[in-house]
Amino acid sequence: MTKPLHIGFIPLIDAAALIVAVDKGFTAAEGLDVTLVREVSWSNVRDKLNIGLFDAAHLLAPVAIASSLGLGHVKVPIAAPFNLSLNGNAITVSPALHAAIMAEIDGDRFDPMATALALARVVAARRRSGAEPLTFGMTFPFSTHNYQLRFWMAAGGVDPDEDIRLVVLPPPYMADSIASGQVDAFCVGAPWNSIAVDRGVGLILHFVSDILVRAAEKVLAVRQSWSEKNPELVAALVRAAFRAAEFIEQPQNRTEVASILAQPERIGVEADVIRRTLDGRLKISPDGTIRESSRYLLVGREGAPRPDPVQAAWLYAQMVRWGQAAISPEALAIAMGVFRPDLYDAALGIRGQTDRGAVGSVGAFAGPAFDPVDMAGYLASFKVSRRVP
Amino acid sequence: MGAESSPKIVIVDESPIRAAILQEGLREAGFTDVVHISEMQSLLSRIYALDPDVIVIDLENPSRDVLEQMFQVSRAVRRPIAMFVDQSDAASIQASVDAGVSAYIVDGLKKERLKPILDLCISRFNAFAKLQDELDRAKSALEDRKVIDRAKGILMKLKGLTEEEAYVLLRSTAMREKKKIGEIAQSILTASELLK
Repeated sequence: MTKPLHIGFIPLIDAAALIVAVDKGFTAAEGLDVTLVREVSWSNVRDKLNIGLFDAAHLLAPVAIASSLGLGHVKVPIAAPFNLSLNGNAITVSPALHAAIMAEIDGDRFDPMATALALARVVAARRRSGAEPLTFGMTFPFSTHNYQLRFWMAAGGVDPDEDIRLVVLPPPYMADSIASGQVDAFCVGAPWNSIAVDRGVGLILHFVSDILVRAAEKVLAVRQSWSEKNPELVAALVRAAFRAAEFIEQPQNRTEVASILAQPERIGVEADVIRRTLDGRLKISPDGTIRESSRYLLVGREGAPRPDPVQAAWLYAQMVRWGQAAISPEALAIAMGVFRPDLYDAALGIRGQTDRGAVGSVGAFAGPAFDPVDMAGYLASFKVSRRVP
Repeated sequence: MGAESSPKIVIVDESPIRAAILQEGLREAGFTDVVHISEMQSLLSRIYALDPDVIVIDLENPSRDVLEQMFQVSRAVRRPIAMFVDQSDAASIQASVDAGVSAYIVDGLKKERLKPILDLCISRFNAFAKLQDELDRAKSALEDRKVIDRAKGILMKLKGLTEEEAYVLLRSTAMREKKKIGEIAQSILTASELLK
């Protein structure tokens, strides 16, 4: 056994590969002595990783990039040798907002362009009547949730900084906040959308996979300096996480996986809710309507575990689009350099190449195909933005 | 804010006792303008309304992520947070994370004015943790004493010992087995429960 490793995580289902790697003994089989530490905020995870209290962490992909760029906080270069999940988030709206959008919709209710245009009409009608702007909750300024909400509504002409309010809310408070009317909608990971639906206070309007075909969500993050000093530990962690990711994707293992994740010191919600998420079979309305999507959450399939620098570039492009970062080729290179397929390949070799299928890199429902080489051109094509001058 | 006036400090903490300890410490040190927020609903709008210079939050509070929004320059944020403690001072960050507290300084306050506030918060948070620890230990000592008393009673009844002799037996057994007296007493209770 190696020296003890402390790895931080937030109780979300997309930490599954990490939790299963430890609780099924895959990390121990690699000779690693891992203690998982459950945390309450992304700020804590980031700070404890930055100052070395954590050796590794389950981290929002944009936080890894922001930390490497020194945005919003101390600059600490991060390396992500393993992608813990793709997609997995959803947009939930209150019953009142759902009804308002459905009254305005022209097209399929799962078509994000149709819902975004309908939302724009709802927003305009509220403004005309002098009603308060709608409030949307998301999890962190540097989060996929923030960018996914913005991308979606801006495609319909809603300016997320002018036309609505966008606020940070801790995921466990989402269902309460929509019930109390503090927010009208939110974008969050599993299990929190399902919990709002089960409580009868929200309806799932979109899976994020409606908005983006592939969206890097959480990564296994380590300090870049740590990865350089401990290449063997990084490789062992990647192998254990990969084994867990493959294990999770086997349908016959799902019951066991759900019960591991349901433990109070892990995610601490009912195994049944976790199971629905893993199966991509979600109750989207309190009336019991079920919606299925094999792309709802990808952990060990379709090339999900291998970090894709194009995904990092897309996230950086969102930071630029919304005024969190200035555009520069150096920053783009740093952002792309956070995602480390080289470390992944070094640990797994050919074994790590799961079938990606014919799917492109990002696959957004609106705008041109994403090209990191021409980021300025890509960003110029979006009408609504908040670029820093 | 004038150079002489006390900076306005907001404490965000769901523990009323810890917040009171912190508030008292800050007052003693001459920081008179201190407000405690214990309710996390609409946290950001309450902070905007108070318009503080420094925000102190405990690290066990999920709402810490809400405060990070104040780093963003946007229409909703009037005075953005300039920094989280002192970004150049790794020791400060380490000490504050270890103590379980973090402080944010809002744009406009000179950073050297934060240092004494942060140091005080760290020492009070550590003092609170120590107090909590002592309380937990006192509680478990009390539990132990109850268990030992019941074990003594069982020994007195079964073996016809005096209280003194029962205690000596417990203690000598504990020493021989290199265990705590409380553990031996607990095993007597468990055994007597089983043999009932």
